[in-house]
Amino acid sequence: MQAWISRPTTERNAVTITNALTGRAAKAAVFVLCLVPAASLLWRALHAGLGANPIETITRSTGDWTLRLLLATLAVTPLRRITGVPQLIRFRRMLGLFAFFYGCMHLTTYVWLDKFFAWPEMARDVMKRPFITAGFTGLLLMAPLAATSTKGWIRRLGGKRWQLLHRLVYFSAAAGSIHYYWLVKSDVRRPVLYAAILGLLLFYRIGGKVMGRLEEQRRWGDGALSGPDGA
Amino acid sequence: MLIRHTPDLSYSQVTPKEAYLNRRRFLAASGAALVPGMLFAGTKLNGVGKGPFGTTETQTPYDAVTTYNNFYEFGTDKDQPAKLARGFRTSPWTVAVEGDAAKPRKFDLDEVMKLAPLEERIYRMRCVEGWSMVIPWIGFPLNALLKQVEPTSKAKFVTFESFYDPKQMPQARYGGLPFPYVEGLRLDEAMHPLAILAVGLYGETLPNQNGAPLRLVVPWKYGFKGIKSIVKIRLTSKMPQTTWNLANSREYGFYSNVNPEVDHPRWSQAKERRIGEFFKRNTLKFNGYGDQVAGLYAGMDLKANY
Repeated sequence: MQAWISRPTTERNAVTITNALTGRAAKAAVFVLCLVPAASLLWRALHAGLGANPIETITRSTGDWTLRLLLATLAVTPLRRITGVPQLIRFRRMLGLFAFFYGCMHLTTYVWLDKFFAWPEMARDVMKRPFITAGFTGLLLMAPLAATSTKGWIRRLGGKRWQLLHRLVYFSAAAGSIHYYWLVKSDVRRPVLYAAILGLLLFYRIGGKVMGRLEEQRRWGDGALSGPDGA
Repeated sequence: MLIRHTPDLSYSQVTPKEAYLNRRRFLAASGAALVPGMLFAGTKLNGVGKGPFGTTETQTPYDAVTTYNNFYEFGTDKDQPAKLARGFRTSPWTVAVEGDAAKPRKFDLDEVMKLAPLEERIYRMRCVEGWSMVIPWIGFPLNALLKQVEPTSKAKFVTFESFYDPKQMPQARYGGLPFPYVEGLRLDEAMHPLAILAVGLYGETLPNQNGAPLRLVVPWKYGFKGIKSIVKIRLTSKMPQTTWNLANSREYGFYSNVNPEVDHPRWSQAKERRIGEFFKRNTLKFNGYGDQVAGLYAGMDLKANY
């Protein structure tokens, strides 16, 4: 009786979620949501609300959102498995591209507003200052991923090779976290939080891989013992 | 759908800033009148004369000076101290001056305020992080206080200690620094007429977030040397262990004189952004006070003694 009542409801819910996630509206919503931090900065800039040091505010905000969106991108795969909603994959490319977008804004702020195109000075920064080296590396690693994010490029490279290339995202996120950690003076709470989330996301993948290997071994082992050939 | 919303408050109804600031001053002043000897943040200071060494550069707006602060006991974000130090109790307040002195003793704040005539000192302030301000401080030379206790010949350094109360400063434990905050000067630096104890800025007593009720200002050094909310001053023969130096000695030296030629290990100190300006300006050696203080460091290797 219980099951008879509840089953159609859950099914209907599942269908609703699936519909909502596969529809155009969901993608548009995520797109708009990703633009909120940029829009907020623009609005505050126009209304003189960026604080005493506006350039620092812009630098911090764009940097924060680069890292947050990178982590969101990396969270898609685990979330798909945990929630059992594979449709979430539709948002991964957009999240990754937005991470790159904020990263570019972050770099532009540094090049234009902070250093005002003092190229030799910036070159020295990249060479001499480990935290800038790390940040620059992180963004640089994202560039080929953004460039090859289209369906055409997946086809051209082939799924396997494309996937291999896109593993760079782990290094990029790690470089970003280190960049933040090396930047702060003494209060490391936020960079440590980001690094911990990244660690968790990586652990989930490595853990998954290891478990898969073990499972495979067990099955092969079983097969060898009880299969028709082995017997 | 767009919903047009008519603001129910017209601009003419908004209290002019001057008016509400006056009201606040009035409240503060009346509070001070009720309890003699109590000085609240933002109370107008009377009888302040023009002090020496003042710069004529554009002063950093009051709002920026009082909302962009490094005061880690009240949080590590720049805007946190202004919010979280609001209820900070700065009265009653005493400063103990002790150590290698002939007449060590405690001073009440109102005693401190009467040690010397209050002067306005318009100083540049250069933060180690690469930004700077111009602030009209009100205070008096630190040496006026030190002379009161008569330092002995053993005294070579001065150690300063901030007030610390984890109950009033719950954010402090996340700052990554050991508290109470400690800073120090060599005795000759401390006796230099440029070094002041500030009790106010912009004509009023210090706002809590700027180090009320009493702080150090040493304009030729990076801002973190200007310890806030001082409760203890000790004369010593040994160089004191200072807070940032303990946290990271490679990055924050004991001297920490402003020096564009000596980079912070993580960033260049050659330039600075004056708060309110777009383009960076070149940082000046000793923050532009070289004529006054360079002699203190004659023959010293400033790269080694950063």
